[in-house]
Amino acid sequence: MASNNKNLITLLNPLSKDNPVIVQILGICSCLAVTAKLEPAFVMGISVIAVLAFSNVIISLLRNTIPTNIRIIVQLVVVAGLVVIVNQLLMAYQYDVSKQLSVFIGLIVTNCILMGRLEAFAMGNKPWPSFLDGIGNGVGYALILVIVAFVRELLGSGTIWGFQVIPDSWYEHGYANNGLMILPPMALIVVGCIIWIHRSYNKELQE
Amino acid sequence: MKSLRKYLDRIKPQFEPGGRLHAFQSVFDGFETFLFTPTTTSRSGVSIHDSLDSKRVMIIVVLALVPCLLFGMYNVGYQHWLSIGETQFPFWQLMAYGFLALLPRLLVSYIVGLGIEFVVAQWRKEEIQEGFLVSGILIPLICPIEIPLWMLAVATAFSVIFVKEIFGGTGYNIFNVALVTRAVLFFGYPSKMSGDSVFVSTGSICGLGEGAVVDGFSGATPLGQIASNTGDTLTLTNVIGEPLSLWDMFVGLIPGSVGETSTLCILIGAAILLATGIASWRIMLSVFAGGFVMAAIAHACPSASYPASMLTPLQQLTLGGFAFAAVYMATDPVTASRTNPGKYIYGFLIGVIAVLIRTYNNGYPEGAMLAVLLMNAFAPLIDYTVVQSNIRRRLRRLKTKV
Repeated sequence: MASNNKNLITLLNPLSKDNPVIVQILGICSCLAVTAKLEPAFVMGISVIAVLAFSNVIISLLRNTIPTNIRIIVQLVVVAGLVVIVNQLLMAYQYDVSKQLSVFIGLIVTNCILMGRLEAFAMGNKPWPSFLDGIGNGVGYALILVIVAFVRELLGSGTIWGFQVIPDSWYEHGYANNGLMILPPMALIVVGCIIWIHRSYNKELQE
Repeated sequence: MKSLRKYLDRIKPQFEPGGRLHAFQSVFDGFETFLFTPTTTSRSGVSIHDSLDSKRVMIIVVLALVPCLLFGMYNVGYQHWLSIGETQFPFWQLMAYGFLALLPRLLVSYIVGLGIEFVVAQWRKEEIQEGFLVSGILIPLICPIEIPLWMLAVATAFSVIFVKEIFGGTGYNIFNVALVTRAVLFFGYPSKMSGDSVFVSTGSICGLGEGAVVDGFSGATPLGQIASNTGDTLTLTNVIGEPLSLWDMFVGLIPGSVGETSTLCILIGAAILLATGIASWRIMLSVFAGGFVMAAIAHACPSASYPASMLTPLQQLTLGGFAFAAVYMATDPVTASRTNPGKYIYGFLIGVIAVLIRTYNNGYPEGAMLAVLLMNAFAPLIDYTVVQSNIRRRLRRLKTKV
């Protein structure tokens, strides 16, 4: 029972209290780059969840056999292998999205969240908790990505998942999409707002 | 005056804690200190109060903006009369037209900006800061006359919240609030902030200025014409195609953002600011010097692919928002450098970068806004460098003596 409870915490904590993006401030770079539209942000989120969960499991299985001196290299090789698989899958089944995401799928390798979780968690825990930790952190990352992309796509393009939601009559009355929302700096401001709201609800996180 | 004081004293208890209108205490306090000098004195220690508090400073800046504001109104009317093909320019009708065109913009900017300030002040239980007094008048003056009101409201709200209140209110902002409003509009709604249909008001207002726009009308500003110019020669025209002289550009009867067209009125404002010692002459002078030097360099090697390099340095200084930025924006004491050598560097670089962007980036016909914002970000670094080099020099002097 105690172990179950601990696993639950491992899974749920990264969603809010220990969120990789808005609390640990990791993975900001891809957060700026892929969130102009909801669809690529969602696919990016799924890809990171998959890579993070499986690399956590693999590293956790190998953790007792990896020599400490070369552990970063081993971690990188595992992550890179998984990223290549994800990239190939996307190209096969979601070619348009994979073209939009272009280099950013490849850059999952350098995402700080991955190395952070491998170093901090998978190197010292059993495979099952590591798997849950990977899922939790991946979902925490994807959650923020989707929220940011939702705001940016709605205000910047007037669409959600490519479907127009702002009625034409608004445009006829002078409404215009905000071009600033399409530009990466706005993602930073939206993330800032999310952090603002999140911390005003979680007082213990305030510095 | 006395009855006003009495009235304020009578209603004051309602705004004290526990009173009925306690929620509006900061509003009341703001108006009271605006109308009367605060009578409260320091309770301990020795202190000297300068009568020139920030409210007086702001009022003087607003006064210095009045020439630009009035001329802006006249010019809005004048451009409209030109565009409908009139040859008579009745002064009062032009003024009335411009006033009616500008009034909604002023109101929107003040209501949105001050509304946010009041709410935040009450929320933080602070006095109302008077910083928005100036920003509120600057914002309509640096925007095209045809900017939709809701866009102005959105941009003003964004700028006040994210540039000012988040950093702690008046005096703590790192960027100029009015300029960020313009930047938000410029990047958010580029089609309403540039091009040839936003700088001249073409509709009639309350029956004033009825008439159809003449054939051959083009509302492009001189800098807009330059950016789309092709070929080796450069001719600047007004809205109905007549050529412009340097005198026209100096007086300001050209299309452009409301308050920035007239270099003459800006210089009157600059004289007021300098005579009262509000603005730094070092910054103003060095902005113009920087702009002049860069414009002279660009003019020395003109090229058809960068049409703005064909402008003479004097034209560069009188066109667009350069002079306005130099006098009212760069000298903003909150966002500028504080040290005297720093002010020279800060101002000079604003001038250089403004002309550099304007000349060598055809995508941005006007660079003054971007130059000031960029240097706002660098101002603390400049100050730090100046202070550090001062410390090092003194240390060296000390060592040689010993």
